[in-house]
Amino acid sequence: MDLLSILAIAGNGMILLLVVELIRRGKLKERYSLLWLFAGVFLLILSLSRETLEFFSHLVGIYYSPSFLFLIAFLFLMMITLHFSVVISGLSEKNKKLAQELSLLRNEMEGRTVRKSE
Amino acid sequence: MRLRSAQGDTAIKILVIVPAYNEQKSLPSVILDLRDSVLVADILVVDDGSLDATARIASELGVNVLKLPFNLGIGGAMQAGYHYAQRRGYDIAVQFDGDGQHLALEVKKLLQPVVAGNADIAIGSRFLGQGDYKPSFSRKAGIKVFSTILSCILGTRVTDTTSGFRAANRRVIEFFSRTYPDDYPEVESLVLLHKAGMRIAEVPVQMRERTSGQSSITALRSVYYMVKVLLAVFIDLLKKTR
Repeated sequence: MDLLSILAIAGNGMILLLVVELIRRGKLKERYSLLWLFAGVFLLILSLSRETLEFFSHLVGIYYSPSFLFLIAFLFLMMITLHFSVVISGLSEKNKKLAQELSLLRNEMEGRTVRKSE
Repeated sequence: MRLRSAQGDTAIKILVIVPAYNEQKSLPSVILDLRDSVLVADILVVDDGSLDATARIASELGVNVLKLPFNLGIGGAMQAGYHYAQRRGYDIAVQFDGDGQHLALEVKKLLQPVVAGNADIAIGSRFLGQGDYKPSFSRKAGIKVFSTILSCILGTRVTDTTSGFRAANRRVIEFFSRTYPDDYPEVESLVLLHKAGMRIAEVPVQMRERTSGQSSITALRSVYYMVKVLLAVFIDLLKKTR
């Protein structure tokens, strides 16, 4: 096993361990960790078995197989950031609704206290 | 004067929504003008997270206030007003800027087609022969581009696509409280209204030159602004609406 493979496996293992640990501590919600776990496991399989990596990279016509590893990692990162953008959009919509609802409730409450004190 | 609906005797409930962001200077005269000339309507000021005394001044003047906890931008603030109109059962909502640009005397004209049932939403236009608004060259070009493209999309002629002086009936109030664009609400809402099958009518009105503050759009930025708005409009065309 060459140095590159060892580095790839070690790096991957560390990312996977970090993700699992963050979930365990409750710092990362399972919902947002799925893509990370997927990416970690898939890349780990590819780095563990040189044959699988070579098979897939030749399948798509890449002759320097480690760059296939980079390609996959890059695609996963793209997916993860896109996922984040979707999540942020949802959050900002909810945030807007909360602010509007808060102002409506405050208005209603003030109307009530005014009427009571009259 | 009391407005009556086309059908008969029930009085129509009208709400004037005044969005305001740091408008403590111009707000008092805006509200007093509205009180003097629009007798039939209730007034609601939506304070969009102002840092000055906008909300306090509005409540001191005795109008209803929605105080947003932070700045949402004009889209979110206006939608809060539509939520209020929807929940309190208003029949018509009028959008009226808090910066003194719109004239309270013109509200009556705006209400006419909506009360008569000829349109779901009426939009006050500066470019239908009323008043003497003279925009700069770059603005003029931008206005022309917007109105040409939107007229094509809507299938009817619209001249003042960025006008925030509008009167909406109950159908539109319900629609806007569900769906209202965030970024460039004036232009974008036209597309959404059209997709929802609402009837849009333009009414010639006069507007005042801004009393306080400058237009946020300068010559160089206007091109960038135009591209962004048009992009938003085309995305709206593709969007699913509820």
